[in-house]
Amino acid sequence: MNLTLYVWRQKGPHAPGKLARYEARGISPEMSFLEMLDVVNESLIREGEEPISFDHDCREGICGTCSQVINGVPHGPQERTTVCQLHMRSFRDGDTIYIEPWRARAFPVIRDLIVDRSAFERIIQAGGYISVHTGGVPDGNALLIPKENADTAMDAAECIGCGACVAACPNGSAMLFTAAKVSHLAALPQGRVEAKRRVCLMTEEMLRQGFGSCSNHYECQAACPKGIRVSFIAKLNREFIKALPRGTNTAPPSPSHGTEAKE
Amino acid sequence: MRVLVTSQVGKKVLMAVSGQLMTLFVIVHMLGNTTLFFGGLNAYAAKLHSLLLLVWTARLLMLTALVAHVVPGIQLYLENRKAKPGSYAIRNSLRATFASKNMVWTGMIIGAFLIYHLLHFTFQFIHPEQGASANIDPLGRPDVSRMVLFSFQSTAHALMYITALTALLLHLTHGIQSSFQSLGLNTDRSIPVIVRSGFVVAMVLFLGYIAVPLIILLGILKG
Repeated sequence: MNLTLYVWRQKGPHAPGKLARYEARGISPEMSFLEMLDVVNESLIREGEEPISFDHDCREGICGTCSQVINGVPHGPQERTTVCQLHMRSFRDGDTIYIEPWRARAFPVIRDLIVDRSAFERIIQAGGYISVHTGGVPDGNALLIPKENADTAMDAAECIGCGACVAACPNGSAMLFTAAKVSHLAALPQGRVEAKRRVCLMTEEMLRQGFGSCSNHYECQAACPKGIRVSFIAKLNREFIKALPRGTNTAPPSPSHGTEAKE
Repeated sequence: MRVLVTSQVGKKVLMAVSGQLMTLFVIVHMLGNTTLFFGGLNAYAAKLHSLLLLVWTARLLMLTALVAHVVPGIQLYLENRKAKPGSYAIRNSLRATFASKNMVWTGMIIGAFLIYHLLHFTFQFIHPEQGASANIDPLGRPDVSRMVLFSFQSTAHALMYITALTALLLHLTHGIQSSFQSLGLNTDRSIPVIVRSGFVVAMVLFLGYIAVPLIILLGILKG
């Protein structure tokens, strides 16, 4: 396969970027998208040019590192597939492919196709955890969880934090990501204790990090490689409304968890 | 409760509640309009205006809802624009619709129309000589029918109303379903149902409203 690529090249966070044209020759349809870029980079290195910088880690669709918008769609044309799991057979010989980084104010470009997604980490740090007294491993099934709740929590926990939802959102909103984390913990008894505090803190942090708000376009669900659904955003909204009478209590959890558990 | 005005999610909750209140008003208003088809508009208007408490409660509620809808709406629009600095070289919308992407613009058209509509039929500053308060019908009631019939005999005027109502159709097509999502009243099963029902309600309202200028313009309903 021979392809024409237009790739976003940007030397640094503050440098201006532009699309550069490259020819990818002799690409096998069995290659993954990232392997295709490896081939292009090898030829760039041979010609003495700077290779294209892109993020990758596991290359098996679970780490959420590969962050590329391919022809205007985060993670490319194949549904529920990360860039590393996208294969060149999804394209045709002679195709023109546009490759750009995630675009959002909260995700500044580091170089070429690599963006800084630590804003997601800061949302998690704000409340995406449960406070527990560590001790011995609890007995299996000591805490009974209805099957339906366990399934909901597992579905939400599928989020790999890749940021495709933010990249796809016309508002650059992190609602799907935040909603997945809020729903995941709110569905389980261990997470319910701090549910009200969590939803307030995490949505506040989302705003502070420069993400937009949700206009219910549902672009995020369509772009998500893990099939996280917008019904989790409805769940986040419910959790937020439930927390309203109490207001934003941003105080750290009290050391005695026995009292909070009664909520 | 302060988070309702500071948080992004809180603002969306405010917009959803106020939007639903205004949608209810729009439904009642359209039902009221239908009295024109049966020659009962003057009777309806006279009865409605005799219920002063109801009229003023509704007016104050709608004014509050309008403020609670427009202020956070514009704030969020500006925030969202800032959050998405550049666009992609190729933009492929996966789910977003023309209606969902243009809420702020259809909203502004509706806002401008609302001012005109109030000046026109409520305060009767436009063509005051044809206004309901300037003419009474044979039963001694303000002649609202005459005012409406006169207004929509002008093609430009009728078209202006139809344009504004098209903006309302688009706004409600996305707005109704979106309000349920913002209030968390959604599950995987309800989402497609609410999306479709929202469109049907918006469409029925649109057809009900444009019927008035259309049948007058086409000469089906005469004075």
